[in-house]
Amino acid sequence: MEFPILSLMLAVPLIAAIACLFLDAPAARITALFATLINLALGVMLWLNYDIGGAQWQFTESAPLFAGFEYALGIDGIALMLIMLSVFLMPICILASWDSITKRVGEYMAAFLLMEVLMIGVFAAQDLFLFYIFFEAGLIPMYLIIGVWGGDNRIYASYKFFLYTLLGSVLMLIAMLWMVNAAGTSDIPTLMQYDFPPEAQFWLWLAFFASFAVKMPMWPVHTWLPDAHVQAPTAGSVILAGVLLKLGGYGFIRFSLPMFPVASADLAWLVFGLSMVAVIYTSLVALVQDDMKKLIAYSSVAHMAIVTAGLFAFNVQGLEGAMMVMLGHGLVSGALFLCVGVIYDRLHTREIARYGGLSINMPKYALFFLLFTMASIGLPGTSNFIGEFLALAGIYEVSTLVTLVCTTGIILGAAYMLYLYRRVAFGEQKNADAAAMPDLNAREWAMLAPIAAAVLWMGVYPESFLAPMRQDIVALETRLASVAPRYDSALDQGTPREHAANHVVFEGDKEGGH
Amino acid sequence: MLAIVFLPLIASIVAGLVNKSAPSVFAKSITTGALFISALLSWPIFLGFVNGSLTEDVVPVLTWVQSGDLAFDWALRVDTLTAVMLVVINTVSALVHLYSWGYMEEDPDQPRFFAYLSLFTFAMLMLVTAENLVQMFFGWEGVGLASYLLIGFWFKKPSANAAAIKAFVVNRVGDLGFMLGIFGTFLVFGTVSIPEILEAAPAMSGATIGFLGMRVHTMDVLCILLFIGAMGKSAQLGLHTWLPDAMEGPTPVSALIHAATMVTAGVFMVCRLSPMFETAPIALGLVTFIGAATCIFAATVGTTQWDIKRVIAYSTCSQLGYMFFAAGVGAYGAAMFHLFTHAFFKALLFLGAGSVIHAMHHEQDMRYYGALRKHIPFTFWAMMAGTLAITGVGILYVFGFAGFYSKDAILEAAFARGTELGNFAFWMGALAALLTSFYSWRLMFLTFWGKPRWIESEHIQHTVHKTPEEVGEDTTGGYHPHESPISMLIPLGVLTLGAIFAGWLFKDAFIDGGPDGVSGAFWAGSIYFNEDLVHRLHAVPYWVKLTATFVMVIGLFAAWLAYIKDTSIPGKAAEQLGPVYRFFYNKWYFDELYHYLFVVPAFWLGRQFWKLGDIGTIDRFGPNGVAWVVEKGAVGAKKFQSGYLYTYALVMLLGLVAAITWVLF
Repeated sequence: MEFPILSLMLAVPLIAAIACLFLDAPAARITALFATLINLALGVMLWLNYDIGGAQWQFTESAPLFAGFEYALGIDGIALMLIMLSVFLMPICILASWDSITKRVGEYMAAFLLMEVLMIGVFAAQDLFLFYIFFEAGLIPMYLIIGVWGGDNRIYASYKFFLYTLLGSVLMLIAMLWMVNAAGTSDIPTLMQYDFPPEAQFWLWLAFFASFAVKMPMWPVHTWLPDAHVQAPTAGSVILAGVLLKLGGYGFIRFSLPMFPVASADLAWLVFGLSMVAVIYTSLVALVQDDMKKLIAYSSVAHMAIVTAGLFAFNVQGLEGAMMVMLGHGLVSGALFLCVGVIYDRLHTREIARYGGLSINMPKYALFFLLFTMASIGLPGTSNFIGEFLALAGIYEVSTLVTLVCTTGIILGAAYMLYLYRRVAFGEQKNADAAAMPDLNAREWAMLAPIAAAVLWMGVYPESFLAPMRQDIVALETRLASVAPRYDSALDQGTPREHAANHVVFEGDKEGGH
Repeated sequence: MLAIVFLPLIASIVAGLVNKSAPSVFAKSITTGALFISALLSWPIFLGFVNGSLTEDVVPVLTWVQSGDLAFDWALRVDTLTAVMLVVINTVSALVHLYSWGYMEEDPDQPRFFAYLSLFTFAMLMLVTAENLVQMFFGWEGVGLASYLLIGFWFKKPSANAAAIKAFVVNRVGDLGFMLGIFGTFLVFGTVSIPEILEAAPAMSGATIGFLGMRVHTMDVLCILLFIGAMGKSAQLGLHTWLPDAMEGPTPVSALIHAATMVTAGVFMVCRLSPMFETAPIALGLVTFIGAATCIFAATVGTTQWDIKRVIAYSTCSQLGYMFFAAGVGAYGAAMFHLFTHAFFKALLFLGAGSVIHAMHHEQDMRYYGALRKHIPFTFWAMMAGTLAITGVGILYVFGFAGFYSKDAILEAAFARGTELGNFAFWMGALAALLTSFYSWRLMFLTFWGKPRWIESEHIQHTVHKTPEEVGEDTTGGYHPHESPISMLIPLGVLTLGAIFAGWLFKDAFIDGGPDGVSGAFWAGSIYFNEDLVHRLHAVPYWVKLTATFVMVIGLFAAWLAYIKDTSIPGKAAEQLGPVYRFFYNKWYFDELYHYLFVVPAFWLGRQFWKLGDIGTIDRFGPNGVAWVVEKGAVGAKKFQSGYLYTYALVMLLGLVAAITWVLF
């Protein structure tokens, strides 16, 4: 049996989390940072040892538990990339909480480490029920992080978050029980190849959709997100935007699409419709926000709508684009929340109007903020461009209308992000306290610089990230090929014209040109 | 080749990172040095293509994306078309870097400024060397970013910030078209590689495709989408509103980005894809129409503006219109020729205007200039050369300034095309040439002739600490404009040479393709060369050939009459033609229209969606509603658990009755 690296990645933060509960504040911080860095190192090893083009499921481990329910782990390229995203953001989150969290530090760090265990578990789980446990348990630490260490209105926000996400999950559990009963196994790779009867697929799809749409979040079940973000501490927002929002997309790509292909094709119109509404609606709402975190939260909903539309385009570009948007958005929106956190730590307000002219007294901060703003807008050369471009190219093959509407998001995105940047970083220094804020310190620099590097890397050479996923995306596309809808932009080649459009005939003497 | 493109990037990064930790001379030297090396390296390439010793070449750099059938790489392509752009970009950019040493002398943020300028140059070079549409889009957005940063360079000014955002967002509207165009092209051709698309395009000229539920001509819809992108970047009618506002940026920026290079990217794109556009007659008709309309629209507005930079900005907009309708009628060589000559004389005019503004203590209103030719003679002569070039002064078959050759070629091509649209473009172009001559000479006369009117200017008043009442007869207020430093005069001198000779030297190469009659040899297939059209262009009647010169003289005469002979004429004319004047002066009310059509509704809708949609509906009936129901339900449930036996008995009885009823029936 090969080295159980995935189990180790679960064990390290788990042990550290238990340890943190008994440690005082400085020791807990160090322990948490150390544990997350070890996990990052393990993640890098995982990536380096991942055999691109090899077996679909690698690093598999399994141990039977009870009643056919198994402790089974294993990853494909898609899961690998999302695990990398999680372990990459985690040390940054710990750093972001270094000074700003002062009460119950041990418990806070334990909650975060537990969060990491559950996130890695979700992406690595190969058993349906194991997945469900990780997926749902992830709610608890997040609920605590918002509810205990959050802002003034944290109780309302945490309840809203919990209720919304739990509601969807109940339906999903029922669907899972039915599936295991029908297919006779809870093994995810087997289920991904299992053909459920089409009429059952319809209901199963809807049950899963209820859960994933909330997690995503899709319009109109998105209203928990702005509240959760606003009330969560900075690091909580980073994890929420960076990883938790990706659970919905991961759910679609791992469950809904391969397990219920017929229903996915039949209900693609629903996903497209909701995505189109979301792009326009939430972008316009983002435009009028006065609270920085709310603005970024609404922009996340708009970006996630491009993910859902891309996934249901049923072609390689759409799927790969959706994955790249998820990875890119995970980095960029996480970084944007960190940027908000940096100035929130100094002035303790998220109100945009209280800032202004920050590029004068915080030039380094302004540069990072500009880079992430541009990445969020989807400027070529940054991570988000690759994703959005591929996703939209994929959608175009299915529907020009959906593409047109989703692409309007790039106009509105530029408008609300630049408007935000202008009000925060440009203009006169009209608030004396904002003008007195010091520039980034070494800790903050260490948080933002790695993300900036990753954003540019993903934009200039995305092949590093696309290559591990390629085979799995193609496998998924093959699975979907039989049900993929016919596109409305079908080409009819016709008869070519005889002449070029500006064809003219010169009847004079061609020699005497002048 | 790699050095030409990447030196500016490296210089930009070094200058940007070092920023203020070294004296600003460091950043200035490294960026300017890099640009001069790039410029010197690009001229041999261009001349190599002129004399035919070089052929097209592609330098691969790095894999970029592979996603299914969609694959594109980073690569640098050099052919004739690229070589033309290389010399234009690098020469003007190097000169503008040098000019900025003097112009930005007193600015505390010089390293940042020079880093942005070099970054812009890099992005522009990536655009023109693109082998595929996506890399072109990378450069396209890169120049947009640099433009945004440079327009908003003085970020404390609210107007500069607003202009920067406007430029970016309006360009994004164009980008929407460009992106959809790329998606559609990929769908139709299965590739985004430009040479492969151009090769496959003719076979698709009869194809139809679905678009938004309609069946349309494939090539027309693709080309129109791509052209919308070009309209945004090149400030064509409808998407032009950002360009005049972009004058908020420092003047060297206006010269480099908003006159010579970035705004011509749209023309470059249409020429690069010319074999594709030649399969799309409707799209080409649109290009011709929009070009001609922009050309006349911007010229009318240009005649009424008072801000010296805005006059030149509208002039740029108008000249871009010429380039587009030249491309629309199939004279891509003429379009590129005008792009080439325009880069020199328009950069010259902007840098000259910058020199005037520098001399006049940042006053930009021409009403407060006058009689400057004696004070700043070098600037005056440079501006004179620029004006002679833009108005197209020259004598047929003898010698002309740069614009004489390129503008004449465009008008002749439009006439030679022989269609109704071609004739429309010809007449609009001729009328716009008259107006060009008028507003250019108006600018010259207001600035360099007449009496000094500086004391009315607040900028000057602040400098000399006097009000108009105090100075009495002396309308200079004791202020003496000074000639600019040598670093600003050298670029003016070099560009003056360009404005005088660029047309005369290269007319054969650009229009005919070589010195030995019409061959297209110079272009070597890098654009669609319409040989018959060029023959017809040379064979147009004499009155057509003389039209441009004729209208130029009328414009000059009218300007002389109104601004030198009898200076009361403009005021009277504005009064007599009140509504027309106000319509032109307010730029045909485009800004107001867009404000009420798009900006206001967007914010209003956003607020409605948020307050009424999210809070008023979704939350109210969603989570808050559920919470309310649960709470009320709990209160209700509490009542049931009353503890009284008779209530339980009653409920049981009712339940029993219901069950029996259910079973029985």
